[in-house]
Amino acid sequence: MKTFQYLRPASLAEALDLLARHGPAARLVAGGTDVMVDFKKNGLEADILVSLRRLTDLRYIREGNGQVHIGGLTTLRDLERSSLVARRIPGLADAARVMASVQIRNVATVAGNICNAAPSADTAPPLLAAGTQVRLVSPAGSRDIPLDQFFTGPRKTIRRPDEILTEFVVPIPSGPYSQAFWKHARRKAMDLAMVSVAVHLELEDDLVTCRQARIAHGVAAPTPIRTPEAEERLKGKKITPELLEGIGEASCEETLCRDSIRGQAWYREEIIRVMVRRMALRALERCRMGRPA
Amino acid sequence: MGYLEKIVKHVLEFTVNGEPVTVLVQPHEMLLAVLRDHLGLTGAKEGCGLGECGACTVLVDGVSVNSCLFPALEAEGALVTTIEGLMVDDGRLSPLQQAFVDHGAVQCGFCTPGMVMSAEALLAETPHPTEKQVRAGLAGNLCRCTGYNQIIEAVLAAGESSDSNPKPGNEPGKERP
Repeated sequence: MKTFQYLRPASLAEALDLLARHGPAARLVAGGTDVMVDFKKNGLEADILVSLRRLTDLRYIREGNGQVHIGGLTTLRDLERSSLVARRIPGLADAARVMASVQIRNVATVAGNICNAAPSADTAPPLLAAGTQVRLVSPAGSRDIPLDQFFTGPRKTIRRPDEILTEFVVPIPSGPYSQAFWKHARRKAMDLAMVSVAVHLELEDDLVTCRQARIAHGVAAPTPIRTPEAEERLKGKKITPELLEGIGEASCEETLCRDSIRGQAWYREEIIRVMVRRMALRALERCRMGRPA
Repeated sequence: MGYLEKIVKHVLEFTVNGEPVTVLVQPHEMLLAVLRDHLGLTGAKEGCGLGECGACTVLVDGVSVNSCLFPALEAEGALVTTIEGLMVDDGRLSPLQQAFVDHGAVQCGFCTPGMVMSAEALLAETPHPTEKQVRAGLAGNLCRCTGYNQIIEAVLAAGESSDSNPKPGNEPGKERP
């Protein structure tokens, strides 16, 4: 069996230094629930694994300056149990609850889920819908990138080999808003999404008129995507079930669903049409009920 | 470089079921292999080896993990609890283990250690879970005999009878992994 060096830096600076020194021979590993499966199934291309698990100061969820800051090494279980996430990013809380199993969520990280960049990454649609920015840090400095520019293909991102995703920055809208996420899968746990739908709605004070909307999907294209034309069609409109029928249709037209072992394109499209409407209604309802504390 | 020179081993120290251990491990070895092959603790099982079945579930610092995907080197300094560590001191089964026996929750037995460890983690956090919480807590553990009802009944019974009195070392505590 091919083995590898397993390096465990104690600080971000040390981790960045190791990446710079070893270049493409090194691969980052956080929780390891994707990387170790890859190693066991396919062998690894990398000769060196740089583990980030000791960088415990990159594991946090906090609010400040009208934003929620989530450290890259925050686990899915942390997201699931955070009252701050439930209150401020309810779509992300929806996603964390339906991912894998307790054992996996205890170790898998949000940066790992995003950087692994599977089209089915469940944290991606709710983070996209929330308007998230990611912070990439390298020895040369750091850059903030909107998440909707981060994914470039299946398992491909704009992250350079010398960069580490340290933080997610999620803006908190000033007015009433809410979100909802639906993962369509055969099982309630331990399954990959057949397709998924996240909706973020910001409302005027009348709680009827849409001020801003974002709609995102998983497994509806080679990467997690937003559907900006459908979002635009919601802006300034009074939200009604009839309007949302059309939005589901419009959102569907911006996707590139395909047939795969997990489901056929026509079925994925059907789910998107229906679930965009339902998730928008759920977000609307959550918004009107007031955000749970 | 010769073949032998490529085999690098690391000294790994951690605590298993209250006992400090030191082992030599290769970088690609997982915690499960160290427990079973180096330490002879064969309670945790390798089912799928890919984090799907949960037969390898153990607690690392009180948190349940799939030990088949958990790099052994990440256990450095950790408190690991396996099924062998649940027995009460005089060799009796723990109340949770006894509930599995009493409710016929053990069929072929292969999934049992993992099921019990997941249930142990659940009860440490939620001493009196609802059926829904038990189902969610055990979602990452497969039973190939499909004896899920008895397993869920056993965990519910253990939850009802518990005075939320977790064994030392099994508290959810600080989440390290």
